[in-house]
Amino acid sequence: MVYLIRVELREDYSNLIFYLSPLVAVALTLFFGSFIFLILDLSPIESFKIFFISPISNSYGISELFVKATPLAIIALGLSYCFKNNIYNIGAEGQLTMGAIFGGGIGLLFNDSTSVFLLPLMILFGAIGGAFWATIPAILKTKFNTNEILTSLMLTYVALFILDYFVVGPWKDPAGYGLPKSMPFPDAGRLPVLIDGLRVHIGVYFALIICLITYIIYNKTLFGFKLKVSGLSSKASQYAGFNYKNLIFYTFIISGACAGLAGLFEVSGPIGLLYRDISPNYGFTAIIVAFLGRLNPFGIILSSLLIALTYLGAEDAQLFLKIPSAVGFVFQGLVLFFLLGTDFLNKYKVFIK
Amino acid sequence: MSIELIIGILNIVLISTTPLVFAGIGELVTEKSGVLNLGLEGLMLVGAVTGFITLVLTGNYFYSLFLSILSGVILSGIFAFLVLNLMTNQIATGLALTIFGIGLSAMLGKKFGGTPIDGLNPYYFIVISFLLVFFVAYFLSKTKTGLIVRAVGENHNSAYALGYNVIKTRYLTIIFGGVMSSLAGYYISICYAPMWQEGMTAGRGWIALALVVFATWKPWRLLVGAYIFGGVAIMQMNLQAIGVKLPGQFFNMMPYLATIIVLVFISSNKLRLKLSAPSSLNIPFEKNQ
Repeated sequence: MVYLIRVELREDYSNLIFYLSPLVAVALTLFFGSFIFLILDLSPIESFKIFFISPISNSYGISELFVKATPLAIIALGLSYCFKNNIYNIGAEGQLTMGAIFGGGIGLLFNDSTSVFLLPLMILFGAIGGAFWATIPAILKTKFNTNEILTSLMLTYVALFILDYFVVGPWKDPAGYGLPKSMPFPDAGRLPVLIDGLRVHIGVYFALIICLITYIIYNKTLFGFKLKVSGLSSKASQYAGFNYKNLIFYTFIISGACAGLAGLFEVSGPIGLLYRDISPNYGFTAIIVAFLGRLNPFGIILSSLLIALTYLGAEDAQLFLKIPSAVGFVFQGLVLFFLLGTDFLNKYKVFIK
Repeated sequence: MSIELIIGILNIVLISTTPLVFAGIGELVTEKSGVLNLGLEGLMLVGAVTGFITLVLTGNYFYSLFLSILSGVILSGIFAFLVLNLMTNQIATGLALTIFGIGLSAMLGKKFGGTPIDGLNPYYFIVISFLLVFFVAYFLSKTKTGLIVRAVGENHNSAYALGYNVIKTRYLTIIFGGVMSSLAGYYISICYAPMWQEGMTAGRGWIALALVVFATWKPWRLLVGAYIFGGVAIMQMNLQAIGVKLPGQFFNMMPYLATIIVLVFISSNKLRLKLSAPSSLNIPFEKNQ
């Protein structure tokens, strides 16, 4: 067979295309998404209005957008450290769950506390829980060279079962009619909201602070430089004398702590107690957010808002268009497909003979 | 415990484990050629829903099986195009496939939620699953094509230099894996349940993925591993029924913990060689290098 299409690595690697390709991916997703609506016998324009515009046309909707974007942004910012270092931590969902168990556990342990220190302690333990769960694949990777993709993924399911054990077992609310949920956290353990009556909480500030710190780390510090080098070539980084194993450790701990923080914010913010389904797949969706934001801290903030909108749009679509909210997943999957696909054109030149 | 009870339990294990065998054996072949497909869960769900919808609409088992398989060919074909031709990251692409499949199956199946159907006899599929393991074991170890698949997964550059078509081989193994996942889904919605429910594969795709590693890429070990994993899940329910006070979640996490332990063991290079882990797993093949 004769190949009519030839590809070559690009030498004139373009930063402009690199940052434009997410927009192309979003445009392609919308284009293909409109076909999905057509197949379902719905008007694409009306559907897109319900999906992407009406959810954020009032203050409640905008608050909800930030509620959903906050965990996504925090997790994705953490993951960007791993991904920059070419380490595939795909177990953020488990680290999030562990953060919720650790931090939430503190809230339940001191459930009659009114101390101002309770919330900071919960936040601290949330981050510790997530970091702890992330150190397991990090240790296995650095000590035994075990594939971190599979271990971090497997540990996610272990963490979910541990949470399940606690909420149906020792932490079950005695006054909860036997439902698999814990007691509510005391008021001192709840995350303050920014605006009365809305659910948007101070996690937003954390996301922005983490974004700024990450920007500074990536661009102004030696650690950021090491990450960049070892991500491009782990051999080069070892040759330069960087301790690659330490880098793996730090990146895992940072991303685990971020995921744990996001998990704690979810349970002490919008949810207020522990139960089985604390996260609608935030840990996995954040992987899309990180890629879509091009591992750039500000890009991640933007992409977290966009992906958060698919969650909200899906909820509205379920209400008004009578299609399952899982349609949000269709859009999330499509946008990642297209993003990965358009990256090809950025890395390679295509010749047609 | 009476004989009848033991046989009853064994029967349930047999019926409930078969999807793991299908999805696992497919992923085993895909991984043997050096590609890690994390999209199993999505493929299974779409296979389950397309088979179910076709059966409800046409009443024909053959059509429903055919369309279910077709869904696997199309979706895994897209995956193959992305990771092989566009050289995208296999992890991200596989996750995208799972997320997309979860969403797509829920959307397609919305109207068919409570529809009753006449299920197929699961024993046909159970027999096929055993034959399939035999076939794959024979194919990988005794045939020339099987050797090519392993060579491509072991070192794609050498295989390419020897004149083997790496891309074509991987296309075929990915699509084989996709079809097997669809069959696993088909079995769940048509034989095992038989019904459609959003997200009804309930994480079996991830367990199948764990299973392949647990079996260290050996077909017969995969069969044994599947029945261990399946047996543990059923045992958990029965132990609780007879009053054993071990939390069920402990049993549920066993497959994942066991897989992590196996992963640690096969991480050292000497053992890795002995245990036949494909060396090119998850490494993209770029012809120009």
